[in-house]
Amino acid sequence: MPKAFTPKVITANHLAEGDVVYLTSGDEWTRDLSQADLLTDEAIAEARLVEASTQHHLVVGVYLADMKAGENGPEPVHFREEFRRRGPSNYFHGKQAATA
Amino acid sequence: MYKYNDFDTAFITERNRQFRAQVERRLSGALTEDEFKPLRLMNGVYLQLHAYMLRVAIPYGTLNSHQMHKLAEIADRWDQGYGHFTTRQNIQFNWPKLGDIPDILDALAEVEMHAIQTSGNTIRNVTADHFAGAAADEIADPRPVAELIRQWSTDHPEFQFLPRKFKIAVTGSPNDRAVTKAHDIGLRMIERDGEAGFEVIVGGGLGRTPMVGKVLRDFLPQADLLPYLEATVSVWNILGRRDNKYKSRIKITVHENGIEEIQRLTEARFAEIRPLFSGVDQEMLAEIKAHFAAPTFVTRDSAAFDRAYDTDPVFRSWADTNLSEHRAEGYAIAQISVKAHGQTPGDASSEQMRVMADIAREFGHDELRISHEQNVVLPHVHKSDLPDIHARLKAHGLATANIGKISDIIACPGMDYCALATARSIPIAQEIATRFDDLKLEHEIGDLKIKISGCINACGHHHVGHIGILGLDRAGVETYQITLGGDHTETAAIGTRTGPGFGEHEIVPAIERLVEAYLKLRDSKEETFLQTYTRLGMAPFKVALYGEDTRIKAA
Repeated sequence: MPKAFTPKVITANHLAEGDVVYLTSGDEWTRDLSQADLLTDEAIAEARLVEASTQHHLVVGVYLADMKAGENGPEPVHFREEFRRRGPSNYFHGKQAATA
Repeated sequence: MYKYNDFDTAFITERNRQFRAQVERRLSGALTEDEFKPLRLMNGVYLQLHAYMLRVAIPYGTLNSHQMHKLAEIADRWDQGYGHFTTRQNIQFNWPKLGDIPDILDALAEVEMHAIQTSGNTIRNVTADHFAGAAADEIADPRPVAELIRQWSTDHPEFQFLPRKFKIAVTGSPNDRAVTKAHDIGLRMIERDGEAGFEVIVGGGLGRTPMVGKVLRDFLPQADLLPYLEATVSVWNILGRRDNKYKSRIKITVHENGIEEIQRLTEARFAEIRPLFSGVDQEMLAEIKAHFAAPTFVTRDSAAFDRAYDTDPVFRSWADTNLSEHRAEGYAIAQISVKAHGQTPGDASSEQMRVMADIAREFGHDELRISHEQNVVLPHVHKSDLPDIHARLKAHGLATANIGKISDIIACPGMDYCALATARSIPIAQEIATRFDDLKLEHEIGDLKIKISGCINACGHHHVGHIGILGLDRAGVETYQITLGGDHTETAAIGTRTGPGFGEHEIVPAIERLVEAYLKLRDSKEETFLQTYTRLGMAPFKVALYGEDTRIKAA
């Protein structure tokens, strides 16, 4: 049996600012993971990745990141994505400061 | 210090103008990321986990106070008020916006600094002994040679698309503080029958395949340096593997072809190109040397030092730990630890940068150095000024007496910043430093080098740490492997892995067990951790880490 598809979001870094962004269901880039579109269908995820990757005038390094559904939208399943959504652990910089 | 001539200034100005236009075209969408990436890397611009990162070259780690002030200004104006000093004696800014980077580069150019060739498959910033020109054990100041290599390698048309990056280090002292044996080429300045020259070491490196460099030429006359370097790099440029980036560094080329074959090819190429070097390079070297004339040292009473040393235990501890012997009488080399317990190794705030710059200007012949161990050095200070210097450092969190001790940890940025990292490094370094400070054991333990990398690329030099820590991702969990017995000096050695790794919350207790074992096992207070390890081997340390029962399993 094929392995179950892990839900994903499309993520990248913003071209001008360099910070982490996620794709919403409305095809906008958001800085807030909870606003990201959680993709549960592999074919749709791949198709939207291809489309998002053409937006090289807005974002850099587009990829699919594993997520799970949480109470407030998608949540990381791997620590790397947890750090990307939060910021570094040595200073209160990055996203954690922006949302404080 | 080296001062730019008209050519240098014009070159940097033009380069910055070009890069500004490239950034504009990228932001407008005229250039794709694939087109832009090699251009930004040539100018030190990375895209990291949370932001862009700008790596600025500090050639051979030497800075004056104006330059340090400018770095502070950049940190405040375009970043988050701090900078991170690296193991290549560079400084990294972790939060610049792409559109601001051309302005940052122009600001750097005002103080004769740039970010060229701090990244990409080129010859990188040349590093040197951070005690250059000051150390008591030095044969010659390596910085003029490092500057000559910098000028030769910058924008060298043959070496802009190398198989991979290429790192050169130079030391002028028999005590190797520049990790020359872990470089693509390490140069040791030596003398033979009164003639100045180099021992050329090739093929050292850390990363996923750590290797100690081998001697390529045991004595190279000084005037042959550039043609010989050019011959070596060109041999690798042709032979070096471009099919697999993990096998592309010269250490693999040397390993696969054998040192004898590399020697043969290098000597053959050298014979071809040596006649093309007319001696202009040696004239330039002579000019460069004049820039590095030693300061005028004076004879002064150092009673103030003796008084403070006898009466102030905090000053005494700092002096015992952070000072090194200077070649001029009455002077000292003072290391400023930017690793206060619990702080991020190598980070300095803009305020701290200004304090260090002002101290250098007032007391230190306007010179600062960045060490590959991520500290700042005042290379020439008179002992009588040290009590004042110490008091000022102390007021700004810069007087930690821990140079060479357990909390003087090299740590790469790890997954807190780096896009390549597999685990975090910084919090582990912070916890180790805080823990041993709480235990008040640091000075009892003595000299011990812990080096932490957050991935196999080994930017944190873990392979040559007495205790090395490598952070990995094991099934989605941060896991830390330990190596023991590494050595970064002239007796360079790669550490040996102890066994299975430890989780994020297990690694600091594991280090504590190792250190407790050492304190029990050492034959005297004078025997360092590394000496005890060399004498007894891995076995007792393995037991300390894994217990008797798991001894066989962990083997």
